[in-house]
Amino acid sequence: MEKPLGVETASERPSIDPAVDFARAIEHGKPDFAHGVILYLDDISVSFDGFQALNKLSLAIDVGELRCIIGPNGAGKTTMMDVITGKTRPDSGTVFFGQNIDLLKMTEPEVAHAGVGRKFQKPTIFEQHTVFENLELSMKADKRVRNTLFAKLNSEQRDRIAETLRQIRLEDAASRIAGLLSHGQKQWLEIGMLLMQEPKLLLLDEPVAGMSDDETERTAELFLALAGKRSLVVVEHDMAFVAKIARTVTVLHEGSVLAEGPMERVQNDPRVIEVYLGR
Amino acid sequence: MGPVSLLIARLYGPRGWMTLAAFALALFVVFPLCNLAIPEGNPLHLSAYWVSLVGKIMCYAIVALAMDLAWGYAGILSLGHGLFFALGGYAFGMYLMRQIGSDGQYKANMPDFMVFLDWKEFPWAWWNSDQFWWCALLVVLVPGLLAFVFGFFAFRSRIKGVYFSIITQALTYAAMLLFFRNATGFGGNNGFTDFKRILDIPVAIPSTRMALFAITAATLIGSLLLGRYIVTSKFGRILAAIRDAESRVMFCGYNPVHYKLAIWTFSAVLCGIAGALYVPQVGIINPSEMSPANSIEIAIWVAVGGRGTLVGAIVGAGLVNGAKSYFTQAFPEYWLYVLGLIFILVTLFMPKGVVGLWSQWKNRSA
Ligand SMILES: Nc1ncnc2c1ncn2[C@@H]1O[C@H](COP(=O)(O)OP(=O)(O)O)[C@@H](O)[C@H]1O
Ligand SMILES: [Mg+2]
Repeated sequence: MEKPLGVETASERPSIDPAVDFARAIEHGKPDFAHGVILYLDDISVSFDGFQALNKLSLAIDVGELRCIIGPNGAGKTTMMDVITGKTRPDSGTVFFGQNIDLLKMTEPEVAHAGVGRKFQKPTIFEQHTVFENLELSMKADKRVRNTLFAKLNSEQRDRIAETLRQIRLEDAASRIAGLLSHGQKQWLEIGMLLMQEPKLLLLDEPVAGMSDDETERTAELFLALAGKRSLVVVEHDMAFVAKIARTVTVLHEGSVLAEGPMERVQNDPRVIEVYLGR
Repeated sequence: MGPVSLLIARLYGPRGWMTLAAFALALFVVFPLCNLAIPEGNPLHLSAYWVSLVGKIMCYAIVALAMDLAWGYAGILSLGHGLFFALGGYAFGMYLMRQIGSDGQYKANMPDFMVFLDWKEFPWAWWNSDQFWWCALLVVLVPGLLAFVFGFFAFRSRIKGVYFSIITQALTYAAMLLFFRNATGFGGNNGFTDFKRILDIPVAIPSTRMALFAITAATLIGSLLLGRYIVTSKFGRILAAIRDAESRVMFCGYNPVHYKLAIWTFSAVLCGIAGALYVPQVGIINPSEMSPANSIEIAIWVAVGGRGTLVGAIVGAGLVNGAKSYFTQAFPEYWLYVLGLIFILVTLFMPKGVVGLWSQWKNRSA
């Protein structure tokens, strides 16, 4: 198929070949994690109509790390995830996945293929599909049109879905319409969808919002079990939850890093107390 | 179970297949028998009027089906599908015009309108148009290519919702103005008519009409089954996912542009085929088929029948056009009011259309 002609909008990247971004994701190469770092954000700035949402933000996440990011409302946490996943283009700065993959050159689906999965702040699932179908669609597979017209689930894939259903405790709801789930269950389903994608890096935007204490507890266990095998970046407001899972905590404030370190140190940092309590 | 029986079970349940078989029986056996074998005067005889009315409605039903694939499943509301229908009709109409040969009013080996305009040779677009296979190819290629190119730029620029709908309205309107001009080369506001033959066989005789009717019925049933195949595939589930949560689809690693483009182009091609079947049965094609109101009507058929069900599209096309053919005879000046009223009532009280009403009623009685 032809390369697209001219016509570019602000939100578009240099080129999207309508035939194969799967192939392009491969062509971008395998990420190189030799330095032990999975995600580098360097000097990222984003402004919306003059309002500085991210201000020279720099951040590095290690392979296998579980990083918590906290910060008051409007600190730029969601915007940071938008930048990483290709939804928002920054005014300046760079984002690298491993040593070699420039995420800023990629479309959202390409970023997903590279190995970044994202959970939205507001649970975003396919409300009219069954729980099973939600997992089926998000499963790691050839995601080109041609393939999906003839795709059939093999027994291995069915097993994977069954296992994820168990993990997110929705075995009994497999054939329920996802829109009918409780808020907490939707959150879990979205996490399950991420797991089906088998990403190397998971970005989780307020994953336990609206969950019962019990559900929150189990989510903490799940994340702790995932850390090491995958890298996780968790944005959360729930301090008890953060305290439970956090190793390194990054505090974002007005679009840049205010403090970073172990939970106890960050909690006692006077600048952090000022930001959280002093207003 | 073998792969074939699995596929059959995937498309429809036993009740669905039975209903379909009943319809096939009516269309392929009852209609030809009552029209051709039972003589006129016998109360069981079906007149040519009915054959052509039902044939025409089946063409509309194919368009509605195509519309439902794009709108009901992928959430792409086109208000320009009449354009693809008309282009298919014009592409095949060229062949029908050439088949008139020198039997036109001017006895020239050229369509009358060209003689009238004092043209000496065929415009470039008519190249090879005396060949059936070539025009049949154009029926698919012209709407398909236009839809592909238009869709490519629209979807890539992430034009959605009402903006997309308005642009499709503008597109069909612009095409209508273009086709109104004599210089465009397709007969201006009169379009094409007075067809005589198709594949050298007289077009107006009962057996030809019945053959066209049967081909249309087969195309309709084939489109329905193909549509079912599409919407029950993973591809179909992704379309519905794009409709409901496009950003999630992208972050799952699918590029929605490709999916929308695929179903959009397929939908346009289906409309083109319907248009090509329509023209020889109705006997005329002119630019009014491209009027914006025509395309809006297509959306109303689907809304009335019930979006996202395929069968609903066919039911809606049948009901609205059945009502239309009654009203335009009985009270011609009121049809548009009636159509508007139907649309308002459906939007207010039957958000899932007639087909949805059926399942609502079943749920209540169960
Ligand atoms: N698309 C946008 N247009 C304008 N302002 C935005 C947009 N997205 C985010 N913002 C603003 O940027 C700031 C950071 O938002 P966000 O990243 O959502 O914060 P957080 O997730 O930390 O609560 C907020 O003040 C928000 O109003
Ligand atoms: Mg946020």
